[in-house]
Amino acid sequence: MNPTASAVLEIRNLSCRIGERWILHNINLTVGAGETVVLLGRSGSGKTTLLKCVNRLVEPSTGEILFQGRSTAEWDPFRMRRSMGYVIQDAGLFPHWTVAANTGLVPKLESWELEAIDKRVKLLLDAVGLPYAEFGHRYPRELSGGQKQRVGIARALAADPLLLLLDEPFAALDPITRFELQKHFQTLRASMGKAALFVTHDVREALMLATRIVLLKNGSMDLVATPANFLAGVTDEARAFLASIENGGEA
Amino acid sequence: MSSRFGSQILALSLEHIELVLVAIGVAAAIAVPGAILLTRRAGLRRGLLAFANVVQTVPSLALFGFLLPIPFIGGIGKHTAIIALCLYALLPILRSTLVGILGVDAAVRESAVAMGMTPRQVLRQVELPLAIPSILAGLRIATVTTIGTATIAAAIGAGGLGVFIFEGIASVDSGMILAGAVPAALMAILADEGLEWVERRWSPLSVRAF
Repeated sequence: MNPTASAVLEIRNLSCRIGERWILHNINLTVGAGETVVLLGRSGSGKTTLLKCVNRLVEPSTGEILFQGRSTAEWDPFRMRRSMGYVIQDAGLFPHWTVAANTGLVPKLESWELEAIDKRVKLLLDAVGLPYAEFGHRYPRELSGGQKQRVGIARALAADPLLLLLDEPFAALDPITRFELQKHFQTLRASMGKAALFVTHDVREALMLATRIVLLKNGSMDLVATPANFLAGVTDEARAFLASIENGGEA
Repeated sequence: MSSRFGSQILALSLEHIELVLVAIGVAAAIAVPGAILLTRRAGLRRGLLAFANVVQTVPSLALFGFLLPIPFIGGIGKHTAIIALCLYALLPILRSTLVGILGVDAAVRESAVAMGMTPRQVLRQVELPLAIPSILAGLRIATVTTIGTATIAAAIGAGGLGVFIFEGIASVDSGMILAGAVPAALMAILADEGLEWVERRWSPLSVRAF
């Protein structure tokens, strides 16, 4: 059997340079269906750049990325991005659109029937714990940080993407809200069977959510491990992250 | 006599409004698309803003004078005045449109692109709607200043309320000056209030730029 047949995403020998500086060196990584791969690293380790290479917000310099077996360079970038959910730290909701309109963005771009969009939006807002009747007509400025992030997740899931890209989605939240959303995200992702590439600098978040942890250091892969194996701390960088848990888990 | 004077005020006021509306309309038609283009070209942006800044510093009476001898553009009459007024209105509209579009939250723009919007969709559905309060503020500033500057257009035979003011100065008749100045001032106040009202109506987000 072809080992990559069930891979949603395959990154091969990827390096990336921005200006004169090399941000990523020779990254090789596969994300299988239903898997949550967490990219863990300090600030400046290249994890966000790696995420942005996947949906071509940043163009890779060498190597290639296969999404559903097809090179991202060959995809129409707009269609491809609509097949990848994207969640960022500040949610990035459109301030002039209601919660319902924000959630239905990608189905609308994909020209779904209005009724189908409506149905999907209601389903997803319910799923992220923001009942449509109560929240659908609100504007982002009327939401708390945690609620905005829930809308961000609903928006990312709206067009039923195969892959979710998440860039420190919970980093700006208070610890209690963060923990609630982490748990909620985990059950939601598992029930919907999405593959996810999740960027964080919080080792506890990585241990909680990951099926595999990819530790990045200065743009290179330092370690790939399951959470259980990560705890063994076989590299200096992994030990540094584990030691940081006592100080709140953030390196 | 007084009713003839009254109808003359009315006629010159209408002429004044015409000068302002045409100038602002043409300026907006150039400045808004121009600013959109400039948001995509940082290099060009500096050069053009510098040019618009320089135009703004030329005293208006001098600009009217400079334009007079230029073939096709110049000459006595309305069109020369409209071109000059247009040049003055360009900068505030250009700048406010740029500020409005470039001021859109980076996270909002990033997620628009990452969700798979095309550049045209990002512009029409995200950047322009969010820039509207700022664009309207620029239009308001341009309109109010143009109403004032347009009084000088009478010096090159373009008509408008400046006719009274120049006649008044020539005949040392302060009543005549006021007959031009008061309606022009009222017009500026009305335009300011009216456009501010439109701005408020169009800015349900209360993301006011100015």
